[in-house]
Amino acid sequence: MERTTIDLWFGAFVLAGFAALLVLALKVGNLGADNARATYRVEARFDNIGGLKVRAPVRSSGVLVGRVADIRFDNERFQATVVLALDARYGFPKDTSASILTSGLLGEQYVGLDAGGDDKKLAEGDRITITQSAVVLERLIGQFLFNKAQEDGAKK
Amino acid sequence: MLERARRTLARIGHNFIDQVWRVGAMARFFVILMAASGTSLRRFRLVMREVYFSGVLSLIIIVVSGLFVGMVLGLQGYETLQTYGAQESVGVLVALSLLRELGPVVAGLLFASRAGSAITAEIGLMKATEQLTAMDMMAVSPMARVIAPRFWAGVISMPLLAAIFSAMGVFGGFVVSVVILGVDGGTFWSQMQSAVDFRYDVVNGVIKSFVFGIAVTVIATFEGFDAPPTAEGVSGATTRTVVSSSLVILALDLVLTALMLRGDR
Repeated sequence: MERTTIDLWFGAFVLAGFAALLVLALKVGNLGADNARATYRVEARFDNIGGLKVRAPVRSSGVLVGRVADIRFDNERFQATVVLALDARYGFPKDTSASILTSGLLGEQYVGLDAGGDDKKLAEGDRITITQSAVVLERLIGQFLFNKAQEDGAKK
Repeated sequence: MLERARRTLARIGHNFIDQVWRVGAMARFFVILMAASGTSLRRFRLVMREVYFSGVLSLIIIVVSGLFVGMVLGLQGYETLQTYGAQESVGVLVALSLLRELGPVVAGLLFASRAGSAITAEIGLMKATEQLTAMDMMAVSPMARVIAPRFWAGVISMPLLAAIFSAMGVFGGFVVSVVILGVDGGTFWSQMQSAVDFRYDVVNGVIKSFVFGIAVTVIATFEGFDAPPTAEGVSGATTRTVVSSSLVILALDLVLTALMLRGDR
């Protein structure tokens, strides 16, 4: 089959297009960097998850160790069940505690893990029992106002 | 007075019915186009030729305008985000607005005016000079030989052009904010990478540009095929191609965005 200039241009164009897609996927979208690694899933129940979202980071000592895989509402306990996909490279003791924290004053919410002292490690399907819910700003302000009013009442 | 009102009303009604007729004709045109596509996909050389004319020759305008759009986004984003001390997020702003909206839409509008108008003018002129009729006489289907290759070339080119546009835009944003304005390069990329989701942002952008490619080329080929075989008719059809494909891109963008955006993440 004879080769024409059109073939060359067509090939170059398609290659350039796919190269652009690859750049967008790898450099911009970070595909593969944290999807490819092996993970294990653990559950945690929270009274209130605030603004936590699927794919939010899970950090321990500030280091990214996993991501939120799923958020469900448990209709028997009336609590939120959060499934965490943790990087298989990191093991955590069974009595590790999970809390929902905010990065910065207005930043995104993430799950923070504080390691406990148990000898056994968390495994696939385990449940983190010690949890701390997200801080809801309205409740915090409400509590503050309530305490303030109580103080003023005590003075009089 | 009454006579004039009656005439205006009649004209509005006539235009409306004319548009409905055109939509119906376009649908029938699309079905015939699909039926004729098999031949042109088997003779892929024809499609490649058209990809060269509508895709490769649009590269320069796509690359240059992608760079400029990305640079402007970088400048404007930096200016606004600086007020909140969040200038590192400029990468997120540039990448998300390009991938979700500007990449597919602006590339689509450029494609409509650069390639769509050329397709309409070419087919319209072929019709005016009776080349299409001549083909029919020689038992060569103009649908399979002329229209379908141009349609498939547009469908192939459009997503690639949009991806190139977005990539160039991100590069332009990088040049302005990191190289010129001094935003930290590491934070620029890492914030962008944690905010952009492959399935949600990149793939949805590709789907959008794919749909725009179908819409623009169907309109362009139909307007050319439907053009009155006069110089005036061809010029009118070319104008209509650019106007209506731009409007259709913007309207489809609204619909697709509404379908794709979910508030829960």
